[in-house]
Amino acid sequence: MPFRAGLEAVLIPLAALIFSMVLFGAVISLVGVDPLAVYALIYKGAFGTWFSWQNTLRQTAPLLLTALCVALPAQLGLVVIGGEGALVLGGLAAVAIALAVEGAPPVFVQFSMMLVGMTVGGLWIALAGVLRHYRGVNETISSLLLFYIAVAIMNHLVEGIMRDPASLNKPSTRHIGDANMIGAIPGMDVHWGLVFGVVACIVVYILIFHTTIGFSFRVVGGNLRAAKMAGLPVGRLIVISCFIAGGAAGLAGVFEIAAVHGQANASLIAKYGFTGILVAFIARHNPLAIIPVALLLGGIEASGGLLQRRLDLPDATKLVLQGIAFVVILASEALFGRIRFFQARPA
Amino acid sequence: MSSAIGIDIVGMTKRFGPLVALDHVTLKVAPGRVHALLGENGAGKSTLVKCVIGYYQADQGDLFLAGQRRKMLSPRDAHAVGIGMVYQHFTLVPNMTVAENLVMARASVPFKINWRREREKIDSFLQKTPFGVRLDDPVTDLAAGEKQKVEILKQLYLERRFLILDEPTSVLTPGEADEVLGILKDMATNGDITVLMITHKLREVSAFAERVAVLRSGRLVGEGDVSDLDVHDMASMMIGSRTLPTPVDREARAFPPTTSRQGLQIRGLSADDDAGAKALREVDLTVQAGEIVGIAGVSGNGQRELVETLAGQRNASGGKILVHGETYQATRREMAAKGVFCLPEEPLRNACVPAMSVAENLSLRAFDRRPLAWRQWWLRKGAIRQMARQQIARYNIKPPIPEMPIASLSGGNVQRAVLARELAPEVTLLVVANPCFGLDIVAVAEVRRALLEARNRGVSVLLVSEDLDEILELSDRVVVMFNGKLVYETPIEDADLAVIGRRMAGH
Repeated sequence: MPFRAGLEAVLIPLAALIFSMVLFGAVISLVGVDPLAVYALIYKGAFGTWFSWQNTLRQTAPLLLTALCVALPAQLGLVVIGGEGALVLGGLAAVAIALAVEGAPPVFVQFSMMLVGMTVGGLWIALAGVLRHYRGVNETISSLLLFYIAVAIMNHLVEGIMRDPASLNKPSTRHIGDANMIGAIPGMDVHWGLVFGVVACIVVYILIFHTTIGFSFRVVGGNLRAAKMAGLPVGRLIVISCFIAGGAAGLAGVFEIAAVHGQANASLIAKYGFTGILVAFIARHNPLAIIPVALLLGGIEASGGLLQRRLDLPDATKLVLQGIAFVVILASEALFGRIRFFQARPA
Repeated sequence: MSSAIGIDIVGMTKRFGPLVALDHVTLKVAPGRVHALLGENGAGKSTLVKCVIGYYQADQGDLFLAGQRRKMLSPRDAHAVGIGMVYQHFTLVPNMTVAENLVMARASVPFKINWRREREKIDSFLQKTPFGVRLDDPVTDLAAGEKQKVEILKQLYLERRFLILDEPTSVLTPGEADEVLGILKDMATNGDITVLMITHKLREVSAFAERVAVLRSGRLVGEGDVSDLDVHDMASMMIGSRTLPTPVDREARAFPPTTSRQGLQIRGLSADDDAGAKALREVDLTVQAGEIVGIAGVSGNGQRELVETLAGQRNASGGKILVHGETYQATRREMAAKGVFCLPEEPLRNACVPAMSVAENLSLRAFDRRPLAWRQWWLRKGAIRQMARQQIARYNIKPPIPEMPIASLSGGNVQRAVLARELAPEVTLLVVANPCFGLDIVAVAEVRRALLEARNRGVSVLLVSEDLDEILELSDRVVVMFNGKLVYETPIEDADLAVIGRRMAGH
């Protein structure tokens, strides 16, 4: 990538982020709180201490994977926003398989959970791809609606046949067993999902930019007519990309179960899938850029509690910041190619 | 209608960074005449007219209108004094009807439009012009030729008295082109309008223009009365000291023993257009190895759908396609195995990924095969770049930077890049649509030479073109397409322009 274009890809989202911080500051001032104090607290809650760093990294792990669920189909020009559905069903499937093979060696159980969770998540988003290619259904709408169906399926099972009779106030499945839980990365209180997330980002980056199938994805996204002229199997590529994307979100669900909750219940719907959309858009769907952006957004997520306690701000404060950032980032897309400084001079 | 206006361009200079696009161009455009502006791609023609219309601001130089100095800060200023431009690309709103487009183009549209009064105004306006267009058709349904007429009509309706036309006939049939230019010339002769047209077609300059100016590398290298110059003079002014590639001869057919003689067989092929209406009606056609079959026809008679079906961009609704005697369904595997390639019209839209680099676009056909890929799945970026460098050098693609997004190249260079990719050594069947659309004289000669060379190598070439001269020059057989059917066929030796013209019109 030419230097100026690279600079453009970094500076415009960065400027948009700063602008959204200013807007957010204005909103905060309206409720009578000093915005600078809020920023300082966000920093402290996100990156101020080792404790808050670990907190941030725990939030980052699922965001990496759910952001991939948006960024990969985006290469084909698809806007998939239902990653949360794949996360929920992936987590639920992980519980189901773990309970089904109860008593097997933990490594086998963990492997099965990942395999089944990713497959179920993948199939869920692939369904949106199938609907898109063969029935012409808009994938943005269908993936969002599929999320609601996924939640309904989970509620149905968790309150029905999969319910642990011992869970009274909060219907839950049975616990997968402490032996089967995926532990923390040595030396920190952060589960392995972070490593898997970072590796997945790198793998997807390589897939997109160094393999023939990634090349095909980009051709389909860049010009459908040219893709057809080159004889590329457009429908199959759409479904494959959606499957991989859903697999990433499903894996996020597996870690939510196997490293955090241990059982499926309403806590599984933590809206990581939706924050992941924001991450992917700020990263401009570049899998490597997702890593720092997920860290930043994870930090904002992690600092929410501190804002609540110290400044008596509602928990929704971080949602306001995220919402403002999302709108500003989307609007800043219009600036690409418009700022003279970034344009390569005509030769 | 008020009378025509003239302009004087004095010492106009425009730079883009280090590039001097216009270098002290001085040109007098007298009122009531048809002026032609000639030059190759990148000679500065578009830059010059964009400075006149106020789209660009010249770095130096002045514009005089009836002796008065004017500054055009935006196209709005130019419109206010009656200068209008018909762009190379259509500027109509596709979903609106012709009448709606005309009304909407006005500088001030009232909040509530009195359609009955507007219709009366448009009807009476149309009676004064010789254009026949259906006002209630949505623009999407119009063929390219009709759209171009509406573009010109729009300018006249807005009472522009100085019309700048950027390659106005590149989408028209010869008949339509003659008609449109004839009308414009008559109006100019009547003193109603002044026309400044950018063109590549020397024939049209000779037939319709009175004055001609030639640009090369941003400089005015010649001007004069068309009556004093012949086509050869103008061509040599355009290309300067360089020479045109020598045309190749049409060799006697040599059939390579390895390929089947039946290159392409189309049997009862039908297809629908975008709106779902029947566009291709049971077409039967055979193209033998080492033969160019030219399909003539007015645009919008199913040629586009035929090319798209063969290229894999459109599904057939019936019939079948055989390549070398075997069923062909336009999958990537078949394309590679049988050597089917395609030069579609509007290559940036049809055959390129605009945001991807020149190198990536050049590898679109072969990126998943050796030597560009390792084991069919790993891209060998080094090999791709090396291949791109070779092709860029061989086809003289500018600028010679493999990493540039292809969308930043000029039209002629995009066309050359696609040509480089599609004229691979393994090609046995080539589907070509309007290959010289918008290309300059040197590029046109290169493309035609390449097609004839392919034919002489034994490639089957299906050439769909709206340029009848091109078809007559290149084809071994001419087929006329009308209303989705092939209605006439003749070997080139017996081709009669009058008969072909009548068949194109459906008689």
